[in-house]
Amino acid sequence: MDSMERVGSQLRPPRAQDLNVLACRRCTKVWPSGTTQCARCGAKLSSRRDKSLQRVWAFWIVGLICYIPANMYPMLRTRTLFQTQEDTIVGGAVELIHHHAYGIAAIILIASVLIPVGKFMAVAFLALSVQNKGPKVANHQRHRMLEIVEYIGRWSMIDVFVVAILSSLVQLNSLAAINPGPASLFFALSVIFTMLSAQSFDPRMIYDISGDARS
Amino acid sequence: MSENPPLSTNPMPSLDHDHLIVCPQCDAVYQITRPGHGERAVCTQCHTVLIAPRKKAGLQIIAASIAVMILIIAAAWFPFLTIKAAGNINAVSILDAALAFQGGPLVILALCTAALIMVVPLTRVLLVLYVLIPMVRDRPPARHAMQAFRLSEALRPWSMAEIFALGCAVALIKVADLADIAMGPAFYMFAALVILVVVQDRFMCRWTVWNALDPNSDRLARRT
Repeated sequence: MDSMERVGSQLRPPRAQDLNVLACRRCTKVWPSGTTQCARCGAKLSSRRDKSLQRVWAFWIVGLICYIPANMYPMLRTRTLFQTQEDTIVGGAVELIHHHAYGIAAIILIASVLIPVGKFMAVAFLALSVQNKGPKVANHQRHRMLEIVEYIGRWSMIDVFVVAILSSLVQLNSLAAINPGPASLFFALSVIFTMLSAQSFDPRMIYDISGDARS
Repeated sequence: MSENPPLSTNPMPSLDHDHLIVCPQCDAVYQITRPGHGERAVCTQCHTVLIAPRKKAGLQIIAASIAVMILIIAAAWFPFLTIKAAGNINAVSILDAALAFQGGPLVILALCTAALIMVVPLTRVLLVLYVLIPMVRDRPPARHAMQAFRLSEALRPWSMAEIFALGCAVALIKVADLADIAMGPAFYMFAALVILVVVQDRFMCRWTVWNALDPNSDRLARRT
């Protein structure tokens, strides 16, 4: 068994699936194939997560749907002595650029536009790639991509927290007041659903297809 | 820790399940060779860190956890941000910030925010303390310690105290030209929080903890 595995791919270690064992992804305990529950930590066991791709796409779509109103409705309502102003995410950033606050504008644009859009594209690309569609990218690079998406995704929440802090802090009677707009809810939902989408992706799938097709 | 981590796993499996480790990320099977303190066992295929025991990691994580707990509780009750403009003064705490979302459906967001920045981080800290304290004292695991650790791990991505901390910095700079902001200790408090959360996460060797919680595993693994 070992010698056959090694032909053509010396560096590739055997997969648990090929050795008829099954690992708990939570506590890494190894069990014989066919075990359904980890006797150590109680996690459900499966060689590849059940319906992983369906889940990924379902959460992905809901996240994308939420991202649309998140950009159309105002994120912040600013009331000052003379006027009331409503800013969308991008509108707020443009406003900051007019005030020469380039650093903050960059943070907002990166956290609220670049990262979410990049995440949608990355997850879609990964989901398509394990179905053998789209451009070919090396396994470890795709896996890297998934790790980055999982790590960075939560940081998009920063915009919602900024809105929370601003609207609680800037309540200065008649002088000025900042209140949250409906976009904040949609944006938070979009972040949460894309996080769920990335978490549903079973990274073991990345190494499956190429194992058969690429050696 | 070295740049080029020592490879302590070996892709030559025998089928004794207790001496195998499977990379949870890419499904590669290795025979376990336990790395020494400060060394790491890394998956050759996807470079996921499989085992990374550290000397005194348990104590350091406990210390960081207690500090995180104190910071969050303090920031929850005491106003840590103050704004002054033309005779108006307003001071807020974390709770005030979470409850800023008001009116109709935004209440859901208030609950979410409160959970993400206070409830989840606090719960995680308490669970980690519950699991690690007996382990460090070389006692048998606490009751339901496995369930506790399981929940703590499941909550990990949803604990966003450090993101909120950075959000504070952004918000402060944003209104800096609008009004006087008293930042003072709050800023250092949050800088500390970010670092502590990273320490808490990086030092934790999950394999070692699971092994120590396993009543059937050998005693050697309990030395964290």
